[in-house]
Amino acid sequence: MTPSRGLHLKTLILILIMVSTAPLGNTLLGKGMKQSGAMESWAPSSLFHFFFCAFTTGTIWLGIALLLTYFVAYLLVLSWADYSYVLPASSISSLVIALLAHFVLHETVTPVRWAGVAAICLGVFTVGHTHPRTTEHRPC
Amino acid sequence: MLTAAILYFLIVFPGTAGEMCMSHTMKTVGEVVDFRPHSIARAIGRAMRRGWFWLGLLMMATAFFALLAMLSVAKVSFVFPATALSYAVGTLGGRLFLGERVTPQRWFGVLLVCIGVALVAIGKG
Repeated sequence: MTPSRGLHLKTLILILIMVSTAPLGNTLLGKGMKQSGAMESWAPSSLFHFFFCAFTTGTIWLGIALLLTYFVAYLLVLSWADYSYVLPASSISSLVIALLAHFVLHETVTPVRWAGVAAICLGVFTVGHTHPRTTEHRPC
Repeated sequence: MLTAAILYFLIVFPGTAGEMCMSHTMKTVGEVVDFRPHSIARAIGRAMRRGWFWLGLLMMATAFFALLAMLSVAKVSFVFPATALSYAVGTLGGRLFLGERVTPQRWFGVLLVCIGVALVAIGKG
């Protein structure tokens, strides 16, 4: 495998990890917060109860674990790839969210939203055909 | 109106600057080539010993809380399409501050992503 192909491949793998863990992590966090109940007031006892309920909900911990995975993958990919490459490429998560909404949650995805997803895919495809690294290479 | 403008500024600029600090930090750590857990932990540990990492984290946290506050004063259908500007600002920042070579092809891709993110948010609204 050529160095350039290897670089593209590991960049692609880490971006795929990022775009699959972030939407899922956010969804689980949202679901967990609903399960643990709303904050009733700003009183210390109420705040303590709210955070105790939140941090004893398994779904929230799973969401946090996925978001931490996302953050680690994000940091790793930035150790070699351009920020101006990773930033637009990671927006492909909109496609993952739209597909999850349509096929798993059976939500209605409007034609405008599909058009947006198509534009994002085209944009990511265009950015994906540029070289991930344009700055000086520095090994760890 | 002024509150919304300040919050919008805090979402786009410190958010993007924070991510650029993270990118700069990881470039100084160096390319990670070993993906075993202890090597990943060592690379993250090296990043956490750099001031740029904590500055980036602080700015990203500021942008996150500004986003939460913005959602309480403005409509979701306005907030998320407006944040699409971050992609253009981030690409410009990568060019100006991180010395990245942004080709016209990459600019065109970023433009399509900006339009797409705005359309997705409008479609949700």
